[in-house]
Amino acid sequence: MYVAVKGGEAAINNAHRLLADRRRGDRSLPSVTIEQIVAQLGLAVDRVMAEASLYDRSLAALAIRQSRGDLIEAIFLLRAYRTTLPRFGTSVPVDTANMKIERRVSATYKDLPGGQLLGPTFDYTHRLLDPSLLTDEAVEGPARKDTTGEHAVRVSDILAHEGLIEPDGEFAEDHQAGDLTREPMEFPMSRDLRLQALARGDEGFLLALGYSTQRGYGRNHPFVGEIRIGEVEVELEVAELGFAVSLGRIRITECQMVNQFKGSSKAPPQFTRGYGLVFGQSERKAMSMSLVDRALRAEELGEDIIAPAQDEEFVISHSDNVQATGFVEHLKLPHYVDFQAELALVRKMRSDIEAARKGDRGEMQEAAE
Amino acid sequence: MTDLATYNFAYLDEQTKRMIRRAILKAIAIPGYQVPFASREMPMPYGWGTGGVQVTAAIIGPEDVLKVIDQGADDTTNAVSIRAFFQKVANVAVTTHTKDATIIQTRHRIPEQKLGAGQVLVYQVPIPEPLRFLEPRETETRKMHALEEYGLMHVKLYEDIARHGRISTTYAYPVKVAGRYVMDPSPTPKFDNPKMHMSEALQLFGAGREKRIYAVPPYTEVVSLDFEDHPFEIQKFEQPCALCGAQGVYLDEVVLDDKGGRMFVCSDTDHCEDRREHGHAGEMLAPNKEAAE
Repeated sequence: MYVAVKGGEAAINNAHRLLADRRRGDRSLPSVTIEQIVAQLGLAVDRVMAEASLYDRSLAALAIRQSRGDLIEAIFLLRAYRTTLPRFGTSVPVDTANMKIERRVSATYKDLPGGQLLGPTFDYTHRLLDPSLLTDEAVEGPARKDTTGEHAVRVSDILAHEGLIEPDGEFAEDHQAGDLTREPMEFPMSRDLRLQALARGDEGFLLALGYSTQRGYGRNHPFVGEIRIGEVEVELEVAELGFAVSLGRIRITECQMVNQFKGSSKAPPQFTRGYGLVFGQSERKAMSMSLVDRALRAEELGEDIIAPAQDEEFVISHSDNVQATGFVEHLKLPHYVDFQAELALVRKMRSDIEAARKGDRGEMQEAAE
Repeated sequence: MTDLATYNFAYLDEQTKRMIRRAILKAIAIPGYQVPFASREMPMPYGWGTGGVQVTAAIIGPEDVLKVIDQGADDTTNAVSIRAFFQKVANVAVTTHTKDATIIQTRHRIPEQKLGAGQVLVYQVPIPEPLRFLEPRETETRKMHALEEYGLMHVKLYEDIARHGRISTTYAYPVKVAGRYVMDPSPTPKFDNPKMHMSEALQLFGAGREKRIYAVPPYTEVVSLDFEDHPFEIQKFEQPCALCGAQGVYLDEVVLDDKGGRMFVCSDTDHCEDRREHGHAGEMLAPNKEAAE
């Protein structure tokens, strides 16, 4: 006897309850705290803040805990919260030249004003599992020295002195920075909106696209002009006051990629730029972003568009992991009404073919007789 | 962080609702035209009805009575989840009865019962662009709509006929609205297409991930594309609903065992229940009503 598929509501409630149980895990162990996640899983927190486009360490940590460490789910949680927040205004562009630098490397100069600072990087660690981390052994504090006070000039500014690199992109005086989350997306996009989309784009997707440009799918001959990680001031212009007030500091990663450019009928040969800017510490993301940003400037620079990474509509339409995961995973929702329609069609077409075949056989027999 | 839990009526803030309402008004003014709107992130995944939920959130008021269906049924998990969402954030009355609802949000079906004036049917739409599978670029398809250049779609339908002897699109079957725009009716089976034509109800379509809203105002011509010698046809089922005996309705196939046993029942659960309450019975309806449930 057919049993009607009832009880969706009870099933959902029970699923949520089971999920909460699995999230908490073994009750004999203390539950992981928000402070611990912020302090010890800082790079996961950074990724969630970056791709959710919301700078709040505790909320990102809460989302990571709630999502059982599924970072795309955490990004989604934080985005769904962010979207309900009111907009107060637009900050003054952050001044990365005055960043309080913790890490700064350039691949184009051996030494440069402000020096090269390795900072807290995995780069030269040997990837050997460290048994000392199985236990909670004491860890030394970092080495310290006084700042030299030397201004760490941006590499792009050094190159700009000679006119060897294109200037920073410029917008018309009255240009209002777009907001991807408040206006429908339209192609072709202006670069501000495109950079916004890349900044919240999926790290893995941008990494793969950036990688593809290095392997010949839209090569753009990149050099890391500079990567800098550190804190910058966020300031807001308040109309009533007539000057900018500081809202606090945020930690960001900036990558300026310097790319060769042969020149065109419109522009003399000079280096061009790809730009990456990400919340928190994420060099991989900032570098990938700058490779893809440069690739997407193909049309502006009069280059042939031959590779996926140069195709704005393709890249931007598929870079958002919250959108992508939702749509891919929606395939598990019931589709039986449509499937029924397909089922009926396939049956009908098969029976038509079967009937035609029988008819043919009959005719052949007649011919043989 | 305790103030995190307070959300506006129907979740969206009033500014966002106004923005969506403007998009809806524009959509109604240009039937079948896809209006871009600044779709918000919703607390459910993209592809799970975020467009429909935003449209519903923008038009719902405290007096409304909401019905949510998925695959024609009120009790599929995603329908339950969306209904619970609006109960939670808007505290509105909900129903499973088509005739009692003022707003019906749907995925993949149009109710069997004819909708009346004053009712709004909100469709959840995954891919709003009917030309998308013929031309992947938005910049191109918008141009094609602007120039009313729908030759490609007719070629596709013609190729179906050349290859299969018939048009092999069974759901999301393209329609022309008010003699101008070719529109995707969302992945409803083509069985439901005729219900859109001259409907007394307002039909709104929301695609959250693709950021588009479109509409069919009441009493608007909606014509399924076809050819003179291959006129549009809807699916026909060979047997009535096994539970309520209804004919001329869309049926789901339910597999009963692993020996090929199957039964066909109404996809529209409210319609089926209503008929059974009025004494209609199909061949597999147990005489004892409790046994059936």
